[in-house]
Amino acid sequence: MSNSQESTRTLVIEKSLPHPPEKVWRALTESPLLAQWLFNNDFEPVVGRRFQFRADPVPNWNGIIECEVLVVEPVRQLSYRWSSMGLDSVVLLTLTPAEGGTHLLMKHSGFRPDQQAAYQGANYGWQKFLGTLEQLLNGGAL
Amino acid sequence: MKPARPDHVFRALADPTRRAIFEELTRQGEQTVHALTHYAGISQPAVSKHLTVLKRAKLVHPRRLGRETHYRAQPDALAPMVDWLNLYGAFWRDRFDRLEALLERMEP
Repeated sequence: MSNSQESTRTLVIEKSLPHPPEKVWRALTESPLLAQWLFNNDFEPVVGRRFQFRADPVPNWNGIIECEVLVVEPVRQLSYRWSSMGLDSVVLLTLTPAEGGTHLLMKHSGFRPDQQAAYQGANYGWQKFLGTLEQLLNGGAL
Repeated sequence: MKPARPDHVFRALADPTRRAIFEELTRQGEQTVHALTHYAGISQPAVSKHLTVLKRAKLVHPRRLGRETHYRAQPDALAPMVDWLNLYGAFWRDRFDRLEALLERMEP
């Protein structure tokens, strides 16, 4: 296992949301709301809090993502450690007020090539992967 | 074991019936050709043909048992092609769509 910086990659997604930052923050940090768009959870916005996201179990994956709150800066920044099936990564969500709403920046970092095994059994992975594959083939990329 | 050629893997999974057979094996574990024929709802020769393509891509592994051949999925064959960033990218995009829908539903 290599821990070198070079082999670690980060996923970045940005979103413009036509809602005030305070409202977006609630959706990110109130457990029942979080459950409505991400996973069932026992999250609390307290640094050091260990919690779980619980997806439906599938063969070879118990559906549990072990997490720990790393950063809570109300209405500005939220970060947690995200560990599941050998993937130890960090999710960082940053909110910036923007005209007409909120700019949401998500960075999910810590992906290493040697962590491939963690994808197995994650059902969203299969579906999305196969969907992407189909598009690729239909697009004549091969 | 030598990994399968990526184009073999792509082609094998481009067909919806083969994809269904492969996913069924992933879900249920080892199955006979007979059981897979029943599942796929097509003729046994057609299933055998699909299994040959999956076998060439090293996505399934056959095991002879008496008169029946049992097949099991080898999802490891996908590993060289699975890109973590793409996978989680699709995951988060899907979840953020749900977040947007939730924000619409929430009180202001």
